[in-house]
Amino acid sequence: MIPIAAAANENLAHISNVLIYSAMAVYTLAFLAHIAEWVFGSRSAVGRTAAAITAEAGAGAGAAAAASAQGGGTAVLERPKVVTRSAAGRRDVPDGPGAAGTSEKGDVYGRIAISLTVLSFLLHAGSVLTRALSVERAPWGNMYEFSTTFGMTVVGVYLGLLAAKKNVRWIGLPLVTTILLDLGLAVSVLYTESDQLVPALHSYWLWIHVSTAILCGAAFWVGACSTLLYLFRDGYEARLVEGRTGAGLRRHLDELPQDRKYARFKAKLALYTDNPMSRLPSAASLDKLGYRINATVFPLWTFTIVAGAIWAEAAWGRYWGWDPKEVWSFITWVAYACYLHARATAGWKGRKAAYIALAAFGCYIFNYYGVNIFVTGKHSYAGV
Amino acid sequence: MGTTETTPAGGDKTEGKTEDKDVGAAGAQLSTAPEEERGQAVPGSFGGVRQPGALGYAAWAARETTGWVRWFWRQLTSMRVALILLFLLSLATVPGSLVPQTSVDAVKAEGWRKSHETLGPLYDKLGLFHVYSSVWFSAIYILLFTSLVGCIIPRTWQFVGQLRGRPPAAPRNLKRLPAHTTWRTDADPGQVLAAARKLLKKKRFRTDAAGDAVASEKGYLREAGNLVFHIALIVMLIAFASGQLWKSEGQKLIVEGDGFANTLVQYDDFKSGSLFEADDLKPFSFYLDSFKASYERTGPQRGTPRTYEAHVTYHEGADGPGRKATVKVNEPLETSGSKVYLIGHGYAPVVTVRDGQGDISFRGGIPSLPIDNNITESTVLKVGDYRTKDGKKDQIGFKGNFVPTMDLKTGTMLSQFPDLDNPRLVLTAYHGSLGTDAGTPQNVYQLDVSKMQQFKNKDGNPFAQALKVGDTMTLPDGGTLKFDGIKPWATFQISQQPGNATALVGALVALVGVAGSLFIQRRRVWVRAVRGADGHTVVEMAGLGRSESAKLPEELADLAAELQADAPPVTATDAPDPAESAESADSSAASEGARA
Ligand code: HEM
Repeated sequence: MIPIAAAANENLAHISNVLIYSAMAVYTLAFLAHIAEWVFGSRSAVGRTAAAITAEAGAGAGAAAAASAQGGGTAVLERPKVVTRSAAGRRDVPDGPGAAGTSEKGDVYGRIAISLTVLSFLLHAGSVLTRALSVERAPWGNMYEFSTTFGMTVVGVYLGLLAAKKNVRWIGLPLVTTILLDLGLAVSVLYTESDQLVPALHSYWLWIHVSTAILCGAAFWVGACSTLLYLFRDGYEARLVEGRTGAGLRRHLDELPQDRKYARFKAKLALYTDNPMSRLPSAASLDKLGYRINATVFPLWTFTIVAGAIWAEAAWGRYWGWDPKEVWSFITWVAYACYLHARATAGWKGRKAAYIALAAFGCYIFNYYGVNIFVTGKHSYAGV
Repeated sequence: MGTTETTPAGGDKTEGKTEDKDVGAAGAQLSTAPEEERGQAVPGSFGGVRQPGALGYAAWAARETTGWVRWFWRQLTSMRVALILLFLLSLATVPGSLVPQTSVDAVKAEGWRKSHETLGPLYDKLGLFHVYSSVWFSAIYILLFTSLVGCIIPRTWQFVGQLRGRPPAAPRNLKRLPAHTTWRTDADPGQVLAAARKLLKKKRFRTDAAGDAVASEKGYLREAGNLVFHIALIVMLIAFASGQLWKSEGQKLIVEGDGFANTLVQYDDFKSGSLFEADDLKPFSFYLDSFKASYERTGPQRGTPRTYEAHVTYHEGADGPGRKATVKVNEPLETSGSKVYLIGHGYAPVVTVRDGQGDISFRGGIPSLPIDNNITESTVLKVGDYRTKDGKKDQIGFKGNFVPTMDLKTGTMLSQFPDLDNPRLVLTAYHGSLGTDAGTPQNVYQLDVSKMQQFKNKDGNPFAQALKVGDTMTLPDGGTLKFDGIKPWATFQISQQPGNATALVGALVALVGVAGSLFIQRRRVWVRAVRGADGHTVVEMAGLGRSESAKLPEELADLAAELQADAPPVTATDAPDPAESAESADSSAASEGARA
């Protein structure tokens, strides 16, 4: 190897490390800003009146919750107003106002948090890029590189959804928390010096297979986040309709006998979490977002597995050999197919389907951490 | 309506999946998913009344049996059971990743079985060492695919029926639909409907005019994609199964300069599917001209391989012309329907063995097996044809290690680097009976010393020597072994697997199908125009999609905006709200959701 190039590469690797620590520092600030957003954010007027709206929608069968789709007014005529109406049997609880609620102070902190996230994303991307340059290949040859690239992609997906004006700002706090965990693990446990690849990893299918796998994982993460919060928010809305929030809940708690510890614990927990819950989008919106992301990613995940099979065929002489990594990507695929089916099956829609979606995401994560660490197979290369 | 043919008895009942009973028939069959038959979860007596006598009994039993068979079939092909089977499939796949599998790593599986005395036999009984060919795993996927076939066929018919039929007629009350808009215009109702039909056709909706409304539907490709996807799954399963049945896969170790011809006897190790026959091997041959490897020299990954290249000359068919090719790890050689993969490499020390008489008893490379990542190798040489100093027949066995990079300071027998930096051949020798004469096949890489004695030095210690290239070791009985040089060897896997192309096509079709199924929205739009009491025409538009479709209101707004070019809205401040009047017109309507 030419020494000058080697030195340059080592320099780049060093820069990459500095950048990742800087990104972590800024993510930590973003985390604090998000916390401030939730703390100073207030419960909204919308949240408080939600119960009333629901009751009304339940009583007057025809009363439509008016929401209009008004596009840009470029047409000659005024755009027609479309009245939408949710299907019968659904709660007509509107979306919460977001983490900041109606508090201006909360909103400012929220905006600061987003700006910091954008900044740390740039640092993060810079770190991944310099790492790639230092090893002169795609930055996903080992678990450290995979973790940092994965984290970057998750933040990228989130910022992309924000830029597309989707209602995802509320994901900010869980997002930054996850990224900090992911990067913390990467720099402390999984760190591997930058280096070249073993011959089995020299293939353009690697680029395709691994980059789509990372993208799928990042999007599945957003889907899982939405689905998890759907479960919480759904519980909240169920209580909202029964009048068991706020004062109603307090009354309920007073009536509960002391020895019913678990019920009391649940009620107390609800009392604390109702406020943030009321600021989240409605259960229907969260469920829909989760579904749309998972459904969009499913074909891409299918493609990832097919690309992996093509690569395996070239590298090992068989496209499918039940190697642990292959097994778990198949399980993940079947689990997401289960989820999609559940949503089309009576008695399985809603919460049950959501549990399946979370289990499916669990399979994806296990395939990454679990299989790499606990199971040995053909997919283990380059240290961890 | 063509679609009603496939709906089970009681077509007038509101389908469960419609979710919204206001929508009625208009919302029916937005997908061709099987009917959910909640009422039939528990079968009653299918046989009905039993007439006296044997004949009556036979008739009853026949009815009873067909009833049960039908019930079972309907259960098997229901969405709920398909879901449960999918669930079971994912669970059943798990153990194969946690317990070592014979098909993946036979040695490891055997080791595991031996080291777990109680669990081993139990796991064996449960088939946990070959999960993916076990009875229970097969049962699950066979049931799943039976369910799939049983699901696809009726759905395909139903879909064909929908394509031949017409979009469902407009429901009475369009305001109850998920997206709705209305306005008043001076245009004639007939004109509005004609314009609406033209507009919808232009947007590639299938349209149908019935009475005072136009019905239209779009996005049939969703259903087509879904069916194609499920059919492609079956194609993939068949391709996979046929690949397993007819495949052949063998390995061959070739020392640089040697060659291989594709016949069964030439393989070191050969596996094939149960329907494979030796004639299925297509003739071809190749020679390993040279093998090149390079390794990382510095850094923490020192010793990790960077490139492997096998330069070969191959001949297609029995006696085709010789062609050059390079086989790399990800780049197999493809010839005569087979693929030749490079899967491993090592070194073969080249030696010359002379017996006590000075005659050559062996000359050539000894392919040795690597035992670690730095290619420390265990070397075994069996020399059957050997005479001692006194001319007596004897057999000699050499055993030891080949070390590509020997660390002279520590003298450890483990190689420090995989390349040939400081190669040594460290050998000891035995004489006696190799045990090869008994006729039982022996592993060439193992020396059975049970009937042999190790040569000893004068001081009584075992005789052993570390040789550089060019060195000669002299055995106490006068024989010699000269270390002439080193040749690399490579192992190749030669496989023939029919069905690969089919599987690939199946996978790509499945991919397109599932993308279509998930990205295309199926939706219906209705336009109704009636003359109101005040003489204006009331135009109503409504849309219905599956609950996930968020774009529907926007699309409806776009359509309405375009239609307003032909039916300009009038703003009559004195007139009552059009919505109101539409509703009052509605309330006089007969049963909701009745089919037109
Ligand atoms: C081999 C295993 C199977 C896999 C991997 C699979 C996968 C899928 C996927 C990914 C979808 C798309 C979901 C959507 O459109 O929302 C789907 C839909 C569907 N599947 Fe399967 N499926 C399998 C077996 C079956 C079986 C056995 C049946 C028969 C009962 C079936 C019936 C359906 C139906 C009716 C839909 C459409 C649901 C809808 O319109 O939303 N599938 N399947």
